[in-house]
Amino acid sequence: MLDTRAQRLSVCGLPLIADRSGALYWHAERTLLVADLHLEKGSAHAERGALLPPYDTRETLARLAEAIDRYDPSRVIALGDSFQDRYGPQRLRTDDLEQLEALQGGRDWLWIVGNHDPAIGTRAGGRVCLSVKLAGLTLRHAPAAGGVTHEIAGHLHPAAKISMYGASIRRPCFVGNGRRLVMPAFGAFAGGLNVLDDAFQPLFGNGGMGVWMLGQSGLYPVATRYLSAD
Amino acid sequence: MHARSKPASPLRQPEEPGSVRRRETAVGLPPAFLDWFQRRGWRPRAHQLALLQKAAERRSTLLIAPTGAGKTLAGFLPSLVALSGAKPARREWAIHTLYVSPLKALAVDVERNLLIPLREMGLPVRVEARTGDTSTARKARQRSRPPDILLTTPEQVALLLSHADAPRLFAGLETVILDELHALAPTKRGDLLALDLARLTTLAPGHRRIGLSATVARPSELRAYLVPQPGDGTTRLADLVVADGGARPQIRILETEQPLPWAGHTTRYAAAEIYAAIKAHKLSLVFVNTRSQAELMFQELWRINDDGLAIALHHGSLDAGRRRKVEAAMAAGTLQAVVCTSTLDLGVDWGDVDLVINVGAPKGASRLIQRVGRANHRLDEPSRALLVPSNRFEVLECRAALEAAAAGDHDALQHRVGALDVLAQHIWGTACSAPFLPEQLFREVRSAAPYADLPRQRFDRIVEFVATGGYALEAYERYARLKPAGDGRLRLSHPRLAQQYRMNVGTIVEAPMIKIRIVGRRAAQRKPGTAGRLAGGRVLGELEEYFINQLRVGDTFAFAGEVLRFEGLHDTEAFVSRTSDPEPAIPSYEGGKFPLSTHLAQRVRRMLADRRQWTALPEAVGEWLGMQAERSSVPDAGEVLVETFPRGERHFLVVYPFEGRLAHQTLGMLLTRRLHRLGAKPVGFVASDYALAVWGMADLAGMARAGRLDLSALFGEDMLGDDLDAWLAESSLMKRTFRLCAVIGGLIERRHPGKIKSGRQMTVSSDLIYDVLRKHDPRHILLEAAWADAATGLLDLRRLGDFLARIKGRIRYQAATHVTPLAVPVLLEIGQELVYGGGVADAILREAADDLVREAMQRKP
Repeated sequence: MLDTRAQRLSVCGLPLIADRSGALYWHAERTLLVADLHLEKGSAHAERGALLPPYDTRETLARLAEAIDRYDPSRVIALGDSFQDRYGPQRLRTDDLEQLEALQGGRDWLWIVGNHDPAIGTRAGGRVCLSVKLAGLTLRHAPAAGGVTHEIAGHLHPAAKISMYGASIRRPCFVGNGRRLVMPAFGAFAGGLNVLDDAFQPLFGNGGMGVWMLGQSGLYPVATRYLSAD
Repeated sequence: MHARSKPASPLRQPEEPGSVRRRETAVGLPPAFLDWFQRRGWRPRAHQLALLQKAAERRSTLLIAPTGAGKTLAGFLPSLVALSGAKPARREWAIHTLYVSPLKALAVDVERNLLIPLREMGLPVRVEARTGDTSTARKARQRSRPPDILLTTPEQVALLLSHADAPRLFAGLETVILDELHALAPTKRGDLLALDLARLTTLAPGHRRIGLSATVARPSELRAYLVPQPGDGTTRLADLVVADGGARPQIRILETEQPLPWAGHTTRYAAAEIYAAIKAHKLSLVFVNTRSQAELMFQELWRINDDGLAIALHHGSLDAGRRRKVEAAMAAGTLQAVVCTSTLDLGVDWGDVDLVINVGAPKGASRLIQRVGRANHRLDEPSRALLVPSNRFEVLECRAALEAAAAGDHDALQHRVGALDVLAQHIWGTACSAPFLPEQLFREVRSAAPYADLPRQRFDRIVEFVATGGYALEAYERYARLKPAGDGRLRLSHPRLAQQYRMNVGTIVEAPMIKIRIVGRRAAQRKPGTAGRLAGGRVLGELEEYFINQLRVGDTFAFAGEVLRFEGLHDTEAFVSRTSDPEPAIPSYEGGKFPLSTHLAQRVRRMLADRRQWTALPEAVGEWLGMQAERSSVPDAGEVLVETFPRGERHFLVVYPFEGRLAHQTLGMLLTRRLHRLGAKPVGFVASDYALAVWGMADLAGMARAGRLDLSALFGEDMLGDDLDAWLAESSLMKRTFRLCAVIGGLIERRHPGKIKSGRQMTVSSDLIYDVLRKHDPRHILLEAAWADAATGLLDLRRLGDFLARIKGRIRYQAATHVTPLAVPVLLEIGQELVYGGGVADAILREAADDLVREAMQRKP
């Protein structure tokens, strides 16, 4: 039977491990990548009158802690939109901040900026950068336009939907073509954009794409012919 | 003979039976009214005069009357009399009478039909309807210069009360009339209306109420609903007037020449016999239980419609314009039959119906009696109805319903505990009108019958929920929606919140709907799948988004009386073309499925246990039950039968609780979990209204013999503890229930048309909120609200709990060697009923993934 806890995939020949949590582990670099944490999304909505539960940061960090425990990386890179907005770090509750600091302890921690968090204050710790080049790959927030290769990005919140036996399932997913990869949004309150949406078409062209869907207890490669639009 | 001249109206006065009992009353009708009655050839009926008397005594009253007894006119007469005699000084701009109906079409119709007597009597009374369709200008005018009689819906009442001018608007209120109260009261809309009535009592303490209802088994629930409760644990009741029921209906069960089906709900077998019945009558209503059955029956009837009878279709998904046309044609007498769903259960009489055909089991005694009442041309002539069971079990159910109708028995309304999400919405709305004192509002809320037992502590938690979200983590104090006004009162923290409230008011949260638009077949063929390029044709109606999502281009389905081919989806519209395909590939969508009522279930169980009653059943059914007694066992009325038998590679466990599909589905989920733990390797289950079958790989009978399967432990009440809790974590039904609570309670906004596609990444789905809340704040008040709903709603936990308690020590176990006769119907449903939840999502994902792996492996040489 298929082992679904994690899946091996590659970008331009470099082997990577896609984790069921939505994180990506790069063993050769001992680096863990996550995209679109959207920390403090609950409190951002609350400011505007929608009192969503204030537990999203806690939950996202707990999931991140699990992934870090599994791989024990020496470096963590967050691919942008790590905070819902630029004031996110200020709104972090003390206990959540302590949890974040504990995760950062003994590791190199890089925040790549995104459109939601163009600036990240010092309260969040770590180093802030626009993008990262690592072992021939570019790590950035938004995927570059056109048929770029050697890239891992986030920003789009890819999600896939399949319908079988009258049930339809919509889940975040990794989507890539062996030359570039878009990671799922990791945040507990992050939504998803269907990979059949027009936004994905220019990235992968007609060469096809591979989709790995996040289940409750595993990660599942799914043939694109099963996918359906929203 | 009654002339079929004017369109039927809700104020229609049925003709008097020849020997009407004359009743002396202290209050009579003013001369103008008596003249009007005489001109029409009518005489006031006893219950109409009784209501006038109650009005004179200023008593709130529940009127129970069968359809067509002049109920609506009875409700309005006291107000019309009062307004006709009022001195001009009294006649300021004020609402004298507020009429609330669950259907906006009914409000509009009553307006039209009230205007007739007013004009004929020359009464200067202003009557206006106010619904979601009323123009903004007219709505504004209705607030500044209100009519004497305002006809509206519960949602509009809530909206009117959310404005600062509500006290002035309702200060002169004398009477509130609640129509179809039996349908409204036991719902969340009923809760909302109850809270609004409590508010109205504060604003206009002297007003009285009239409830209009069909017959129910326990009118005291409705009588309590009508009047303010004292809040000291005692119950206050409105007065009761029961109208003469007229002649007993003549109901018979179709005696078919065809072989009676074992299972299924299509009732195709009886189409020719139904057609013959239609042909023998002037106007027949053919009631079915779901929209897809309506589509199917309509197709079947037209297939054999050699006489070209005018047969129409009416159900809730059809475009409103199409429905109005069918209703008008009924009233005009140009139709011979209408195939319809519960959409025609309530409301106006649209024509001179002389036969009601109920296809499939009626599911409840009261529903049947109300439907049969649709054929009520003259009160002294019995209404006629024909019951057409779809399968063998339904024969038992039809028989039970018929006996209940003959005995005048009705389903009891469950005692309703007011929903907490509705209370949250009401508190928010109250704050929109003016700052409020929590203590005062609490007393007001408790005067509403559904909330009479609400503890102060829960009320405070709901206030806290409205203010800050009510989280255990005190995170949102500074974003609070309600803030102290300084004098003990709470006020809205921002006027924008009043706007937000008004956009989200109400308790009806529709599943997202997709419009069905028809396009030319040729246009569709040119560009398959690219619906965006297709020019739009007529809109036929709308269907739930989830149904459309299952379709692929080229799939066919029956809708609006036609077989359609799915051509593609564009924004919120599905494009379809007509096709000649005689067999739609995807025949079914849900909607309108009622579970078997507790009352009928009891009758069915008794009938099953009493062999003497079998002789009254059709021969095939009696024979079937006889075989069951011979090969397995027939349980006593107080028992539950559990059977095991092997079949093919599988071992089956079948149980017959007769508790309705929803409770059985929940039981199936929980039993499967338990059997899995016991090592019985269950792989699936199927539930019907009557029975539940679970099948697995292990020899269940062998396990029972070896003492490894203890049935009393398996059906233990502790099932509703940990197992339930674990299952709820992933149940999609629970998530759906939670979403409704989150929208009604004001945690997330409704999806407004047009905003559906935009910002899918921006909005936070209620499923994510549910997961996070369950994990980090499991005692949150909104989860409590959702569990309470689940208990009576989609999961029917209350009924399941009652069942488990009822059968303790009363399980009759039968190890059979073959499939038993009673088990055949439910086994035949395997593959037709879908089961969600219980880890099914990951199983499907795994299957899709395995498939990919297989494909990859096969490609290698």
